Amino acid sequence: MSSAAHSSHKTSPELLLQLAGITKKFGPLIANDAIDLTVHKGEIVALLGENGAGKTTLMNILFGHYVADEGTVTVTNRDGNLEHLEPGAPQAALDAGIGMVHQHFTLAENLSGLDNIVLGTEPIFRLRRDRTAARTKLADLMSGSGLNVDLDQPVHKLTVGEKQRVEILKALYRDARLLVLDEPTAVLTPQEADSLFVILRQLAATGLSVIIIAHKLAEVLAVSHRIAVLRGGKKVGEMQTSDADHRSIAELMVGREVPVSRRTERVPGAPVLRLSDVTIDRGDARRSLHGVNLTACEGEILGIAGVSGNGQAALAQLLAGLDKPDSGTVEIFEAIVTKFDAHQFAQNGIARIPEDRHHDGMVGSMSVAENIAIEDVRSKDYQKFGFLDFAAIRKRAEQAIKDYDVRCPGPDASARLLSGGNIQKLILARVLEKSPKLILANQPSRGLDVGAQSEVHRRLLEARQNGAAVILISEDLDELLTISDQIAVIHAGHVSKAIPTDAIDRSELGLMMAGQTKTDTQQAPTSNTIHPGETP
Amino acid sequence: MEIIDILLAASFWEAAIRIATPLIFGVLGALVCERAGVLNLGIEGIFTAGAMAGWMAVWLGAGLWGGVLVAALAGGFFGLIHAILTVPLGLSQHVSGIGVTLLATSLSYFTYRTALPDVSSPPRIIPFQPLDIPILSDLPFIGQALFSQTAMTMLALVLVFVTGWVLYRTPLGLAIRAVGDNPSSVEAQGLSVYGLRIGAVVVGSAMMALGGAFLTMSAFDAFFFGMINGRGWVCIALTVFASWRPGKALIGALLFGAFDAFQVRLQTEVGAFFPSQVFLMMPYILSIIALIVVARKADYPKALLVPWFKGQR
Repeated sequence: MSSAAHSSHKTSPELLLQLAGITKKFGPLIANDAIDLTVHKGEIVALLGENGAGKTTLMNILFGHYVADEGTVTVTNRDGNLEHLEPGAPQAALDAGIGMVHQHFTLAENLSGLDNIVLGTEPIFRLRRDRTAARTKLADLMSGSGLNVDLDQPVHKLTVGEKQRVEILKALYRDARLLVLDEPTAVLTPQEADSLFVILRQLAATGLSVIIIAHKLAEVLAVSHRIAVLRGGKKVGEMQTSDADHRSIAELMVGREVPVSRRTERVPGAPVLRLSDVTIDRGDARRSLHGVNLTACEGEILGIAGVSGNGQAALAQLLAGLDKPDSGTVEIFEAIVTKFDAHQFAQNGIARIPEDRHHDGMVGSMSVAENIAIEDVRSKDYQKFGFLDFAAIRKRAEQAIKDYDVRCPGPDASARLLSGGNIQKLILARVLEKSPKLILANQPSRGLDVGAQSEVHRRLLEARQNGAAVILISEDLDELLTISDQIAVIHAGHVSKAIPTDAIDRSELGLMMAGQTKTDTQQAPTSNTIHPGETP
Repeated sequence: MEIIDILLAASFWEAAIRIATPLIFGVLGALVCERAGVLNLGIEGIFTAGAMAGWMAVWLGAGLWGGVLVAALAGGFFGLIHAILTVPLGLSQHVSGIGVTLLATSLSYFTYRTALPDVSSPPRIIPFQPLDIPILSDLPFIGQALFSQTAMTMLALVLVFVTGWVLYRTPLGLAIRAVGDNPSSVEAQGLSVYGLRIGAVVVGSAMMALGGAFLTMSAFDAFFFGMINGRGWVCIALTVFASWRPGKALIGALLFGAFDAFQVRLQTEVGAFFPSQVFLMMPYILSIIALIVVARKADYPKALLVPWFKGQR
């Protein structure tokens, strides 16, 4: 079944929402520039664009978090008449039937799903709560939509996919007619994403309108009826999904051709890192590993696939020298590591690209130059008579800024002023310039736009070409399948055997990420290009 | 076997409940604030303000319940200051709380001295008297331990039940628990984060002030400088001990009261061997130990201490 099948949606649908000439400026920045957008009843519209294209601003205006400088929002009300939506009033948006599922869920984790859903829907000063009516309504909603979840569990016990269902139920419980989903698949496994899409199509068939904000092409092609593309605050294109073409949309989003990095054949060399039966038990799944065996060789990118929160943090901490195993051994260049010390690890040629680049990757209040030198302040290159040699540091920083195309006012600029992509380039410059033997890249392209992402991939491949072993922890299957030589799956602290990328079946990888046992890993190298939306 | 004798005496339990009463008010107040996500270190000063205001109102001619009301209002007033600084303005809850403690304590002393410049011994009022409930107060043991307390102790016990009911059985309590865990969840559902938090801090502070009022209007009959003597801080610790639950708050306060009553009695039994300070230390040491045991697993309200601003997520 191809995406074209969804375009059979050709009834003359009733207009539900009309955004006309929406303009929003933040100082000199024009976040939204005269954007028009319409949504009809029962239609799924994908709003595509890079980071900073203005998608979220537009939705925040719709939802009343921001007030537009110009332009109007018109909604067909429940009586069928067009009316203006009061600007800057979330309550008005809620009343008009607009429900939003934010990327970061707005759920109170200590309460049950049911509590979260009814919160705010009942008069607040009452002596008792009555849940019977709510339960009946929710049972109907769940059976009608397939959004099944145990509503009596406290939210912190639910999986991410289940939490998202609670969020959607929250909107439906308030009789939402338009559901806005902000990057809904960012946190889901491919299987969970598939089932979300099935549910969304089912809901659309019953008349619900949906706006999906996304930056991944494949999945919006699979689920949407229509696509609107934003770039630099302007709407640069709009088309029926059936007429959409993968490549042209990508260029429309980015505004230029995107170089695609591909790995070339290379025979891996000697093992650089070997974990044997490593166990770290810290009580909670995020920070524990169980009997992990792993080998990374020179000139090889080893991908670690997994939904975040399955032990990646423990693995990253271990390889950064910030934690030590309870049992098992870590060997670097065939020598067993006895001293787990972050500085020692860095000195031994282990480069770290941390997951949270803003928090762990740099010091925001320090300058770009200081951030470049920060791992090596004890190095003789940066010292003169035991004091820091700022001339040398600045010179090094200027070189790095040039080589890695870090967009910043200069080496003395405060690092916090840099965008995410430029911070990542700064970190790459810091760690890769030292020709590391082992690179630990934890979610290196998460949250970056396509341009910065391809730069990260190019640099990692370059390091591989120069003989480094790269451990790439990622949730992004496209990224893993593009640049890794081998992929292992991490789930609940267990790491599977690494499988050569060419022998991997994408949907199977998804199943393994969801914790289901693999059947046969030696399947023929079938296509890696199945869209996540395609029904199995 | 003197220890057993001590524990079996009704008078011991009577004292334990009496000592626990101001702590019950204080822990409940702190718990309500923290459930909404605001740590209220103004508690020590709010105790002082409640003690002073309630007593002063009665001394000026108000009825005892009038004094209780004045104390609650005084507590609510200082709570409002703390709430405005920490909720819409988002200042550090620690700094603001300590500021409120200093302000409320000094203002109380200042008012007292200004109103009574010349007195050498504190003027006395006629405080709440022990209840004499027909039948109940005459029951053996429990009649003396529980039903011969003053009306304010009864109020504290009722308040435990009311707080628990509101937090767990009403839509308002649901919203308060949600706002202390993830304010965005409350905003997304169209409720006011600021309204809920300010409301909780004001009401919680009023409850704290009742603890102070109990001291000057029920346990004693006059206002002294330094009479709060760290009770507010004990309440902050007991809140963690109680895992932010009213029922456990009652148990924690009673436990502390029992330790305190016990050490006084033990002192008279074996006082010859140890200096009295050792006994005075006992309840505090035991509460630190209890806290270490319990608080290691403490499940703090997740948004506690985290300011929230509109339009930011």
